[in-house]
Amino acid sequence: MSGIKAVVLDFSFQTHPLKIHILKNNWIKITVLCLMAMACNNQSTQDKSGSHTNATTISVKGSDTELPLSQREAEEYMNATPGAAVSIVGGGSGTGITALLDGTTDICMSSRDLKTGEKLRFREKKIDVKAVIIGYDALSVIVNPKNQVRQLTREQLEKIFTGEITNWKEVGGKDAKIVAYSRESSSGTYEFFKEHVLDKKNYSPTVLNMPATGAIVQSVSQTEGAIGYVGLAYATSSVKSLNISYDQGKTYVEPTIEGAKDKTYPIARPLFYFYDAKSEVKVKAFIDYILSDAGQKIVAEIGFVPIK
Amino acid sequence: MKFSRIIGKSMEGLVKACGYMSAFTVLLIVLFLFREGISFFTLTPIEEGYSLWVNQNNPVQQLSAAEVKDIFDQKITHWSAVGGQDLPIGRLTLDELAEAYTEEQLGVSFEHIPDCINHYIDSLPGTLAFFSDQWVGTGLQGARRLDMANITPAVFFSDTEWFPTSLPAARMGVLPLLLGTLLVSFFSILFAVPLGLAAAIYLAEIADDRVRRILKPMIELLAGIPSVVYGFFGLVVIVPLVQETFNLPVGETALAGSIVLGIMALPTIITVSEDALRTTPRYMKEASMALGASHWQTIKNVIVPYAASGITAAAILGIGRALGETMAVLMVTGNSAIMPTSLLQPVRTIPATIAAELGEAPFGGLHFKALFALGCILFLMTLAINLIVERVIERPEKA
Repeated sequence: MSGIKAVVLDFSFQTHPLKIHILKNNWIKITVLCLMAMACNNQSTQDKSGSHTNATTISVKGSDTELPLSQREAEEYMNATPGAAVSIVGGGSGTGITALLDGTTDICMSSRDLKTGEKLRFREKKIDVKAVIIGYDALSVIVNPKNQVRQLTREQLEKIFTGEITNWKEVGGKDAKIVAYSRESSSGTYEFFKEHVLDKKNYSPTVLNMPATGAIVQSVSQTEGAIGYVGLAYATSSVKSLNISYDQGKTYVEPTIEGAKDKTYPIARPLFYFYDAKSEVKVKAFIDYILSDAGQKIVAEIGFVPIK
Repeated sequence: MKFSRIIGKSMEGLVKACGYMSAFTVLLIVLFLFREGISFFTLTPIEEGYSLWVNQNNPVQQLSAAEVKDIFDQKITHWSAVGGQDLPIGRLTLDELAEAYTEEQLGVSFEHIPDCINHYIDSLPGTLAFFSDQWVGTGLQGARRLDMANITPAVFFSDTEWFPTSLPAARMGVLPLLLGTLLVSFFSILFAVPLGLAAAIYLAEIADDRVRRILKPMIELLAGIPSVVYGFFGLVVIVPLVQETFNLPVGETALAGSIVLGIMALPTIITVSEDALRTTPRYMKEASMALGASHWQTIKNVIVPYAASGITAAAILGIGRALGETMAVLMVTGNSAIMPTSLLQPVRTIPATIAAELGEAPFGGLHFKALFALGCILFLMTLAINLIVERVIERPEKA
């Protein structure tokens, strides 16, 4: 009992000075906060006025696949050309195309061509869309290095990812269950693979969805029966890339940069920049830089296929 | 003196305003969530502004979302399979139309598209056409609009397939996601509660002060690790471990998710149950000792029963943490939306679904609202858990 009493006493002694202390402290804090808020306000208005005067800022929006590439290109471009400003935003190809339609972006990055419906909407708004291909992206179909299967046809891939083929022995491998990995449905790569490999059919619900390309490589490298698809540059030595046939097994093509460039490798897609012909003067210098030797070198460094 | 009174008054006012504002914000968020979520049930599985059309002589009146999906996946290829004539089904969208007709036939500004659709459906009576109302809004002469039923809560909760981006008709079955969430959360607690309780007993009763001063901050630090890091750790360490131990074809399973979530729920469980154990009055412990009970017997028969409500609260709070966790689960459970039948199989949880899909769902569309409906379910689940915690903590005061 005496212990508890002592505690109570302790508290009663401390409450008074403590309270005053807190009050004082808070008062100072609030003043500081107010000052900070004011300072922030000032700064943000300055920022806004700054971007208004600088009319040469090129805004680029769209595909997440092209995001890292565009960022590197923009950095190098801004280093090389003093006074130039480029701002890059991701969000997906569809987002970028909508932004171009609304006139809220100068350039739209897109990892697919315009759909018929989108072309019509541009025509309705009387926007003359120009398209530039800045590089190619090829998808590798990867399996675990221990897997004996070395090649597959498009039809076999379709059946694997739609759940019709579930065992490796059906495509010439061991008697083992196939574990198919895909990207999440928000990814442009997911749509591309669905359209060009799965003949627009839906993925089987048993396919595992991974949030990132790196996660697919990691999972395929540690799962013996795994199969997945990733950008060419992501296929490291910890996984094995398959040769793919788009002519019912007559010829199998190895996924290489050369193959994607001369279009013998079938699972490749162009990376587009779309822009309004009216703003050509504004964006031309940046696009020319990307198409230059220095710009194309960056394309290769990031892991895409240069156009030349 | 007067000045300080003014300050005091104004501070009180400010504090009051802040209190009301935060309560109002919470209310606003919940209202927004439910407005979006409930309006989902007024929609059909076809995105607004689009419709399906068949030849007017086709006897089929209505198709379910599942049937439409199977038709476009080429699993159903004859009308007889959905109660129609013995005709093969042909699918027609804008892309196919653009291939079948020349640009000249479609018109310079595509003004002839409705005619082309009409012509196509007329010449191929087995056609199932999917178009934007922009082209068919005024109606087609030789074709009939196919009705789609609204998504009812009954379908939403009982359909076993989740294909929100499937065109033309989305399949929104929340059952596999709901069961996946419950499965992962339940088993994570099954791992975490015994482990957490043991650690709490050790910290509260057995460990000496020096050890405790080192261990406690470390456990609390566990709560501060970003969940992505847990996810990555799970993917690289726990997933292969699960795969090898059970000799599975794939390691991304509900079990891996449960283990990672269990580790993440540990700090909550340990801290809350340790606090509960420490509230055992000293006289109860001393009475037990005085009766000749050993330290362990005292813990087992006096301290743990006394703190039972606190420990239960800890477990339920842990479940709450597990239910809402997103990133770590997204990385280790494989995210296949299949009906879970065992722990050793990939699952997809509700939070992971929202996180993975909201980015690309068009604002205000069908998919967007479906994700909000998922959010409502999650909210109701955590609300229920919080209410249970309140009840459990209240109990000893009445006793």
